[in-house]
Amino acid sequence: MREELKLSAVRKYLMALSGLFLCLFLVGHLVGNLQLLETSYEARLQFNSYAVFMNKSPFIKVLSLLTYASVALHAFIGLALYWKNRKVRPVRYYYNDPGASSSWYSRNMPLLGILVLGFLLFHLSDFWYSYKFGETPYMRTQDGKGVILENGHAAYGVEVREGVAYAGDMPVGRVMKDLYQEVVQTFSEPVAVFVYLLGLGALGFHLLHGFQSAFQSLGLMCGSYARLIRLFGTVFAISVPLVFALIPVYVFFRSLMGGG
Amino acid sequence: MDSRLDAKIPKGDISEKWENHKNSIRLVSPANKKKIEIIVVGSGLAGASAASSLAALGYRVKVFCFHDTPRRAHSVAAQGGINAAKNYRNDGDSVYRLFYDMIKGGDYRSREANVYRLAEVSSHIIDQCVAQGIPFAREYGGLLDTRSFGGVQVSRTFYAKGQTGQQLLLGAYSALMRQVRLGKVKLYTRREMLDLVLIDGKARGIIVRNMLTGELERHSAHAVVLATGGYGNIYFLSTNAVNSNASAAWNAHKRGAFFANPCFTQIHPTCIPASGKYQSKLTLMSESLRNDGRVWVPRRLEDAEAIREGIKSPADIPEEDRDYFLERLYPAFGNLVPRDIASRAIKRMCDAGYSIHPGGDAVFLDFHSALEHYGTLEANRLGIHSPSEETIIRLGRRVLEAKYGNVFHMYEKITGEDPLETPMKVYPASHYTMGGLWVDYNLMTTVPGLYAIGECNFSDHGANRLGASALMQGLADGYFILPYTIGDYLADDIRTGDIPTDHPAFDRAEREVRDKIERLTKNGGRTPVDYFHRELGRVMWDKCGMVRNAKGLEEAISDIRAIREEFYREAAVPKVEGLNHELEKALRLADFLELAELMCMDALHRNESCGAHFREEYQTPDGEPLRDDENYSYVAAWEYTGEDISKERLHKEPLVFEFVEVKHRSYK
Amino acid sequence: MESMRFKLKIWRQKDRNSPGKMVDYEVSGISPDNSFLEMLDILNFNLIKRGEEPVAFDSDCREGICGTCGLYINGRAHGPGKGMTTCQLHMRMFKNGQTIYVEPWRAKPFPVIKDLVVDRSAFDRIMAAGGYISVDTIGNPPDADTILIPKQDADRAFDAATCIGCGACVATCKNASATLFVAAKVSHLALLPQGRLEAKRRVKNMLLQMEREGFGSCSNIGACQVECPKEISLENIARMNRELLKAILSPHSDD
Repeated sequence: MREELKLSAVRKYLMALSGLFLCLFLVGHLVGNLQLLETSYEARLQFNSYAVFMNKSPFIKVLSLLTYASVALHAFIGLALYWKNRKVRPVRYYYNDPGASSSWYSRNMPLLGILVLGFLLFHLSDFWYSYKFGETPYMRTQDGKGVILENGHAAYGVEVREGVAYAGDMPVGRVMKDLYQEVVQTFSEPVAVFVYLLGLGALGFHLLHGFQSAFQSLGLMCGSYARLIRLFGTVFAISVPLVFALIPVYVFFRSLMGGG
Repeated sequence: MDSRLDAKIPKGDISEKWENHKNSIRLVSPANKKKIEIIVVGSGLAGASAASSLAALGYRVKVFCFHDTPRRAHSVAAQGGINAAKNYRNDGDSVYRLFYDMIKGGDYRSREANVYRLAEVSSHIIDQCVAQGIPFAREYGGLLDTRSFGGVQVSRTFYAKGQTGQQLLLGAYSALMRQVRLGKVKLYTRREMLDLVLIDGKARGIIVRNMLTGELERHSAHAVVLATGGYGNIYFLSTNAVNSNASAAWNAHKRGAFFANPCFTQIHPTCIPASGKYQSKLTLMSESLRNDGRVWVPRRLEDAEAIREGIKSPADIPEEDRDYFLERLYPAFGNLVPRDIASRAIKRMCDAGYSIHPGGDAVFLDFHSALEHYGTLEANRLGIHSPSEETIIRLGRRVLEAKYGNVFHMYEKITGEDPLETPMKVYPASHYTMGGLWVDYNLMTTVPGLYAIGECNFSDHGANRLGASALMQGLADGYFILPYTIGDYLADDIRTGDIPTDHPAFDRAEREVRDKIERLTKNGGRTPVDYFHRELGRVMWDKCGMVRNAKGLEEAISDIRAIREEFYREAAVPKVEGLNHELEKALRLADFLELAELMCMDALHRNESCGAHFREEYQTPDGEPLRDDENYSYVAAWEYTGEDISKERLHKEPLVFEFVEVKHRSYK
Repeated sequence: MESMRFKLKIWRQKDRNSPGKMVDYEVSGISPDNSFLEMLDILNFNLIKRGEEPVAFDSDCREGICGTCGLYINGRAHGPGKGMTTCQLHMRMFKNGQTIYVEPWRAKPFPVIKDLVVDRSAFDRIMAAGGYISVDTIGNPPDADTILIPKQDADRAFDAATCIGCGACVATCKNASATLFVAAKVSHLALLPQGRLEAKRRVKNMLLQMEREGFGSCSNIGACQVECPKEISLENIARMNRELLKAILSPHSDD
């Protein structure tokens, strides 16, 4: 391999690209999640159909593979660089005032990154795992007597075995899972809401530095672009986690008030 | 005249001498250059440019500097610019005019042929530097910009804001590091040269002290080039870096190199005045500032006193009560008179009681007129009609900051005042030494194989150096003169082979250095070296500074001897292994204490005033220097004869002016 | 004039291989107009008079341009104050009676030689790896004005070229990275037409040398820019990153 490809600056290109891709992912994820703010049966149905679509579409599958790869790459390079950089100052300063020249979150990106990663794992186990393999309830018809199949049709008088609806011994189709209900249940737990807020807070600070840092690594921070990118990055880093955070908070208070 | 003082000036018309010389001197073939080693001591503009050029030619070069890296050499601090006779401004400049300005600026005490050659190669320097990527200031059309300096009436100074020296040095340093990478230069940092080694009368090596380990090292070569700068630190307070010293040159002098015109030392008119007894150095405010700044003091003594006492501020003094004394005294050149003239005028005003500085002496350097001038021009350029005073000042500030930004910032950091709000306070300080090792046209000293280039030699500036010509000389010597002339000498060495460092001459030199160090470290004194240096500086400033007289110089000589004696008895030099800054200082001061005496002797013997050398006994009725061409139109070259400096032998190289008419030097 | 006193905690270390420690000193009779280094001069003056070993620290021009001095003062490279070197720091910036911590630059590639003196020769080796335009001295160089350079480019190149190689960027960087130092030189030369010819090779070689010397990588934190006495901008790092991108995307590895 060409020697220069091993440069840290080259790894930073990959960090930047994967990071920016994950920013795009965040936007997509956020738009989907906004459906959770609606409470009607139709909205619930729509959200759950969206979840089915996200699980089935080959295009989304490719995207999600890319997302997992980005997370892995981003985390791996970040931690590897962190490990390497740990060794550059064997004798530490007796008295140091790093806050005079840089922000705490920019200096603690690895820590914030680990928090975000931890949060991500928690989030996945919470929803993705139980949706795929766990006890997510089935989506029932509005009158509660039947179930909704993944293709959107209602099925009455069927028996559901391992996610498949049977009329007698005849499989009718896979039953839609009620992810919406799962979310509502989770977010009525104060501990879960707290964890989400913490994770999203870490994400916000991670983005506050990371967004513009990615552009800097790619060499795009210059002149008037720099100001724009910095401004956009700040708005992005604050607004995206904030809107994400709105969902658990909103759902939590809705559940407190007995809404549904 | 001693045959050793043959300057070897080529025949022919002044404009043909260098070309003729280059065509007739001997060369060393590329194959033979590989067999030849050259030591270069010093890594400033002269040293770095010489070393990189010599290495590029194929010689094996060893570079020594006392800094941790060559890039720190004090050329880095030169601010204003570098002259070149390019005539880019179409203002009547030419090689001859630059030559003439320098001869006149030096008050007819420099060697015509050397100065002409310098003017001739000056434009090559700019070309070379641009090829190296030096970011000189440019105009909007993409062409190089220039400005004016003292003592000239054309605009021939190329610059990079107020950091020209830095940019040029980094260019030379980069070229040097390239040769280091290629293996053609071996770099020895944190080494101080303490002695020169002569074998069979030829310079064949040096003894250096490794400042990290404290060990003495021997290094041999076929020729030795000194590019070690000047001795302005003899005054303790100067614009030189605190480590700048004369030891390499002085020890070469003690081994036989004649020291020329030691009393020609330049006191720069515009420096930030001293502000307390522990001040460690003075900071230059670039001469280029006098392009746009006006020097003044209040016309009335009581106003000056009121300012000193803080009762009045400069803004309280109306225009008609200000004395722009340089403009008044020297209408033709105004604020841009040469340095010696400006310095003396400032000193006279302060001595007469017009100082405006509470702690001591200083005059104002005021940019208000320039703010208005440039502000108005800028408003015109931007198409702003009838701009307010505030707008003009704001626009003017932008222009001035672009021109001198870092110099203003430097001033503000040191004094805590914004020079565009309140006028700068300035006072003269030791800055440059025109005197130095005597060299011939080939830049070789009286020791065969020992060369001196840049400020270290005496050759081009006579009794006063014009602004922006030190950088020019350093680079001319290093890039375009020495690389040619050294071959003429080295042509004899192609069969010599490597010089062994176990030769008895090395043993002897190393032993002598060791003894010198021992003498300093074992006296058990308790007085810090700096104390003696300050004492020496005070004596030199008072008695061998901007003005001198016979009585003062005689006193100075006995004062210096007394300080020297006390120094050897009382100086505290810790005996520690490894890095030992106090020993470094002591070794340098020991040499300054000898050179100082010679400086005073030289000043005492020169019974005339010329350039920066102003003897009170020799002045015109209106206080201008009175030169004595009949008796003193020569270079005073001193030969070391033994420990007693007073026994140094004076040799005279007559100065012959064939191509300029020797006139009274007037800037009125 | 006002006289100030200070408590000093200074790093003392005998040599490269010995461990060091912070030692307490007191110094008085300091004028607010004294520079920080003059304050240390006074301390040393007193130490020598008492027969103690003076504190070793490097300095030379004492006007902020040579880059020799560099102390970590109260937790900051070159101490408090913006755009200045240690020698430009004046005691008027401190409070009378204040405790001042003085340490050397700390980074693996900058080993301590003694007390506050560090070895920065790694910078020279980085420069030797490509911080130049490969021209020898030219006998008859082409006229300087045959190359036209837009004023803005020349000014930007100049701004980058003002780096004094003091190492404050490394000292303050949590990764002890020399990225700003390298970027300043890469940027200076990349902005000029003369320097473009070797731009790809230069950026690769200088960065490779930086990593070989053991400096850390850049995390875009920006502390270097804040502490840089010449206020060299992060924009130079962005420019270097662009240059490197061009270099690695080039199909010819010897470009």
